Amino acid sequence: MEKDLGKIFSSFRGVRGELIPVLQRIQEKVGYLPEDAMLQVADFLNVPESTVFGVASFYAQFRFTPTGRNRISVCEGTACHVKGATDIIKEISRVKGVEAGETSDCMEYTLEGVACIGCCALAPCITVNDEVYGRLDKKSVHNVLKKI
Amino acid sequence: MQKVNITIDGVKVETLASKNVLEAALENNIYIPNLCHHPDLVPSGTCRMCLVEVNGGEVLAVACKTPVAEGMSVVTDNPVIRSVRQITLELLHVNHTQDCTNCGKNTNCQLQEVTSYVGVDEERIGQMRKNIPAVEKDTSNPFFTLDHNRCILCGICVRTCNEIQGVDALQFGYRGYQTVISTFMNKPVKESVCESCGECVVRCPVGALLPKNGLKPSREVKTVCPYCGVGCGIVLGVRGETVVSVSGDRESPVNNGRLCVKGRFGYNWINHSERLKKPLIRKDGEFVEAEWDDALEVIANNFSKYKGEEFAAFASARCTNEENYIIQKFTRAVMGTNNIDHCARLCHAPSVAGLAQSLGSGAMTNSIGEIGSAALILAIGTNTTESHPVIGLKVKEAKRKGAKIIVANPRRIDLCKFADLWLQQRPGTDVALVMGMCRVIVDEGLADEPFIEERCEEYGIMKESLKEFGIENVERITGVPAGLIKEAARMYAGNSPASVIYAMGVTQHSHGTDNVLAISNLALLTGNIGKPSSGVNPLRGQNNVQGACDMGALPNVYPGYQKVSDPAVKEKFEKAWGYSLSGKSGITLTEIVDSAYRKNIRALYIVGENSMLSEPDGNHVRKALQKLDFLVVQDIFLSETATLADVVLPASGFAEKDGTFTNTERRVQRVRKAINPIGGSMPDWRITCRIAQKMGCDGFGFENPEEIFTEMASLTPSYSGINYERIEDEGLSWPVPSISHNGTPILHKKRFLTQNGKARFFPLQFIPPSEAPDEDYPLILTTERSLYHYHTGTMTRRVDGLNNLNGMELVQMNPQDAGELGLAEGDNVRVTSRRGEVDAVVKVTRKSPPGMISMSFHFSESPTNLLTNPALDPVAKIPELKVCAVRVMKL
Ligand code: SF4
Ligand code: SF4
Ligand code: SF4
Ligand code: FES
Ligand code: FES
Repeated sequence: MEKDLGKIFSSFRGVRGELIPVLQRIQEKVGYLPEDAMLQVADFLNVPESTVFGVASFYAQFRFTPTGRNRISVCEGTACHVKGATDIIKEISRVKGVEAGETSDCMEYTLEGVACIGCCALAPCITVNDEVYGRLDKKSVHNVLKKI
Repeated sequence: MQKVNITIDGVKVETLASKNVLEAALENNIYIPNLCHHPDLVPSGTCRMCLVEVNGGEVLAVACKTPVAEGMSVVTDNPVIRSVRQITLELLHVNHTQDCTNCGKNTNCQLQEVTSYVGVDEERIGQMRKNIPAVEKDTSNPFFTLDHNRCILCGICVRTCNEIQGVDALQFGYRGYQTVISTFMNKPVKESVCESCGECVVRCPVGALLPKNGLKPSREVKTVCPYCGVGCGIVLGVRGETVVSVSGDRESPVNNGRLCVKGRFGYNWINHSERLKKPLIRKDGEFVEAEWDDALEVIANNFSKYKGEEFAAFASARCTNEENYIIQKFTRAVMGTNNIDHCARLCHAPSVAGLAQSLGSGAMTNSIGEIGSAALILAIGTNTTESHPVIGLKVKEAKRKGAKIIVANPRRIDLCKFADLWLQQRPGTDVALVMGMCRVIVDEGLADEPFIEERCEEYGIMKESLKEFGIENVERITGVPAGLIKEAARMYAGNSPASVIYAMGVTQHSHGTDNVLAISNLALLTGNIGKPSSGVNPLRGQNNVQGACDMGALPNVYPGYQKVSDPAVKEKFEKAWGYSLSGKSGITLTEIVDSAYRKNIRALYIVGENSMLSEPDGNHVRKALQKLDFLVVQDIFLSETATLADVVLPASGFAEKDGTFTNTERRVQRVRKAINPIGGSMPDWRITCRIAQKMGCDGFGFENPEEIFTEMASLTPSYSGINYERIEDEGLSWPVPSISHNGTPILHKKRFLTQNGKARFFPLQFIPPSEAPDEDYPLILTTERSLYHYHTGTMTRRVDGLNNLNGMELVQMNPQDAGELGLAEGDNVRVTSRRGEVDAVVKVTRKSPPGMISMSFHFSESPTNLLTNPALDPVAKIPELKVCAVRVMKL
């Protein structure tokens, strides 16, 4: 990870305003924000470590734990919620054996609820590794899950 | 400052143009409800409780964020304002624990105050209440708790930790309903960077941050912190005969109420059960308790046998001025010798010796408060935030106001985060670094020629010696890149006023005096002496080390630095005291130990010092003390040194006596008695007087410290204008030559304190540290201090909470060295030098540069000074405590 960080830092100047982009790059590269990486970001940008965490925890996009190889995000926006997002989460959780907001022990799946992903017409919808699947129900979600 | 007129609810008020509407109202006793306002902090407008109507505008204004303007008219209350405030307030109550009677802040809570003014609809609150489970209280910190369920998210703690403390341990974490005050990763406070200063705790408006010790005092006594030389004003809270709380004295010009963790929480030793309560006399190798009279008898008999050069005394930088005066008077008048010294020898003797030669006085040239307004601060050889925490705050304040900060330190200390430049010189190469900067300043024509011409001498010789300090040579010696040195020199010369602060990283070397002289050259070169916020400022270590020096607890001077060797001075004291005195300078603390070892000194009187742990080469010290015929130790606890004594005398602590301390800025401040002496202990001044009287000597019949002060002031020109009445509210900085003089916060304004009034430059040479790392001892050991402990830990190690935060000696080591030695954090190691070995635990940290480890000396289990090098500075006789060669082995 030292190397990755070094590479990422080299494309920044090391000023406070770069906090969010730096965190984004780390998350892209590592999949989440490891504690030690955040400490090094604090050092690099000369920003207090509590601020790094404060900012990172404010935005839903940042994660503090590693994700599984497959990331399943179920939309919990208003439209999807009304059309049964809760059931879908429960079903995925049952089939894949992973609780919402967590990663399966085998590091295969991460299941999470997210805010509206902008495909309300297709509600209820989920994304699997950034690919969108819509108009799902408890049954059709199995077809999606089989693919991964 | 410009004034403006505004009306608030029809009342005309005049206020400063810099105020906001809330401040203007509050200072005129017009209440506007507020929750996130604090007079020490920049307004944040978080709580929205202070909404008011301004100039009849439709949109309500946030009073604490609205600057006043001429002719402004403010309405603080109307139905709209009332209803908006009420809804905002109810939303706070929805998330707030509803058991006020169980809260330590009950009746003193701002939320209660605002609620009683604004009013709430309980029913509506009930409906809105969410059933979110309570968050567990964070009780990890030994001194305070954080209860999120009572937090109103006003952000005062976040801003305090940022604006006041500069630590930034806290921040808002997460968002929406989940928002909490959070540390990094939302870990327990104890695991964060929090320094436990408690500043946030005293400012929290509700019961979210509360001290753990909640006992309320029945009376309060103003006095001075007993730890470091900053001399913060404190208020002791007493209940019965026990000190139960400490708070910062907001009226003190030194700290304005701010305290560090030791000052605020480190007081449980005062009433500790291990305090010495009776004299102890050694009989057949064992200590037995004795009556005062018997103990004094034994001492009087023995001291009488060793009058003259066989006797020596160590006075104490922990004791009051009055006590130090008495101890030196006793040594000189009764015992007939000038063999008196104290631990200043181990910290700032080079400052006293060096600056006395170059500037005429060895103390800080400027006051603590001025540091906050400097345009540049050069912090060299001082880990200010750990060793002088409240001065550390001043440096951070200056930074916030736009000052440039240069840190010169081999270790990556906390202040580096605030620094514009960090010069990482090799240990012991300060002369080269500073003279290198001087050379750049001279070469580039940045020197203040008129100042040098008018007020200094010997410039030519100094300039000549700069030849040795060409930039490449300096880079080679110090390891600091030439470019950085040049930049630092230009920055220092180009930002006026510039203040140098320094401490033991400069003095504790076998060439400490040269280091100090180099700094004084630098300041003189740029005219940075004699004006506000500039100067050469040695930060003195112990609470009264300045005072102990001022009182003549030194072998070569009487009180007020009047030379022992000057016949006129001698005559003056002989007349005043009625004794014939020795005109021969005594020997220094380090020399006294050696003489004891060689049996030239045969009786020693140690007051309030733990020499076994504080002096270099501890094994040698033990042997020396064991060779004495007669050793008396006077202390508040049975220190490691006291265990070697023939007689141990129980002394009273600072809370049990009246007197004065002189802090590092030369400010003489009143110390006040809060409780009666513990057990059978007595104040040190009284004990020494009783010994003198037992020996049948006159001149020690003092009834109280004030009488001693009066005698001292009559003989000490720089103190002659001071008396207890004048320093009742606020201390005065010496010299105070007359009763109408208001003290001298800034020295050398028009004239230097030297004989001819001119400052002197000194030519210097670089001399390497006396011990360099080699094959057998490949690492450099430097000693340092921890924020959480004081000196040899006699007091702080008896405070559980401080032990909880820092409980053992840590060998701080760079990851690279740890890797090479196969060591990991927490490993037990043995550190060995040519003089001894000590076991401790490894802490891996990038703060230590490769090749250099550091240890403190607070822990008797790991007596670091068994390792250190007693090589002495030839002038000041200070040992080289900052550099010695060691090896580290895994256990
Ligand atoms: S802990 Fe106290 S000071 Fe900090 S935000 Fe909560 S209520 Fe305010
Ligand atoms: S105790 Fe001091 S350092 Fe710790 S969080 Fe509070 S203000 Fe910050
Ligand atoms: S900075 Fe020094 S004087 Fe002030 S509270 Fe801390 S230890 Fe006491
Ligand atoms: S609510 Fe799910 S996509 Fe908008
Ligand atoms: S006091 Fe003004 S917004 Fe809180």
